[in-house]
Amino acid sequence: MAMMNDVMVKDLGKSGRIDWSPYLVGAGIGILSWVAFAGFGDPLGVTTAFSRIASLFAAPVIGSEAVTANSYWKSMPLKWDYGVWFLVGIPLGAFLSAVISGTWRLELVPEVWKERFGPSVLKRFVAAFLGGIVIMYGARLAGGCTSGHGISGGLQLALSSWLFLAVMFATGLIVSRLMFRKT
Amino acid sequence: MTSLMSIAGPILMGAVFGYLLQQGKVTSCNVIENQFRLRDFTVLKVMGTAIVVGGIGVLLLVDTGNTKYYVKDANMLAVALGAALFGIGMVVYGYCPGTALGAIASGSVHAAVGAFGMIAGAILYALSFDWVKAHILNVWSLGKVRLPDITGVPDGVWFAALAIGAGAFFFWVEASEAKAKRAQG
Repeated sequence: MAMMNDVMVKDLGKSGRIDWSPYLVGAGIGILSWVAFAGFGDPLGVTTAFSRIASLFAAPVIGSEAVTANSYWKSMPLKWDYGVWFLVGIPLGAFLSAVISGTWRLELVPEVWKERFGPSVLKRFVAAFLGGIVIMYGARLAGGCTSGHGISGGLQLALSSWLFLAVMFATGLIVSRLMFRKT
Repeated sequence: MTSLMSIAGPILMGAVFGYLLQQGKVTSCNVIENQFRLRDFTVLKVMGTAIVVGGIGVLLLVDTGNTKYYVKDANMLAVALGAALFGIGMVVYGYCPGTALGAIASGSVHAAVGAFGMIAGAILYALSFDWVKAHILNVWSLGKVRLPDITGVPDGVWFAALAIGAGAFFFWVEASEAKAKRAQG
């Protein structure tokens, strides 16, 4: 047991770790919201800009005429606006934190998934892809994600956003229980 | 100068956001999955604190005329259905859209695979938009309403209740986590 602990400590040392309090991080995101509202007039959000970018990928699949004619992309055409540049910033900041803290590491199959569904990379990739389709369709239907609805809408006490938070967490709890149940 | 600011500004904002997400460990699939399994409350701690701290500040900024509200439409059926799909997707994918972008940059390959799924999801939504607009978005649409508007309970009371509720909940979570740690030795 002592030996196992030693190995764990050594591995942690090698891969680095972050000991920032989640409350500190939350307060930081809250303060960032002040700047987003007062400085830029553009609350934190991800998926609206994501849809704009998705039209770039849609063009080769459904043809650029179909993209231009699409009523949804007419309402939000691809433009390099605040939201899109904000999306570019997210991976930059996360990369910086990961490198500085030594927490950057290649992950093909996460631990929780491996424990339940085994080490198959293909299985995990298929699930991630399908989950990605469902989460983004849901985000666009609801009009926002964990950032746009959850944080930015939640802090404005918006009715839509608190409905989103309640239904999203309730559904997540149920699906998680089904997915990770012991068979 | 203004054009530089209109690019550097949002990139910097995004970078700080991404930095905080990584520092908060919420770019980890394990942390997110374990939140829904009620084994790790990091996600709720981050979100709860962000909502209370952010909300009180934004309330003061609105009251002093420094900003306004940007409330999303309460199309209740669309939001409920969308949030349900979002919950399913988040547990299967293991990320939400923002944390996924951070995770990709910190080495998660499966997050990158899922990002192509997200692109596909956005395309599917655009293709189905006319039908959705005609049949779902217009059901129970209440407009850009806020909880203080529909309940008559003022903002200050909401935030006091949220802060006390979140404080009590997190106090309980911390106490339980400390107890579990002691039991483990």
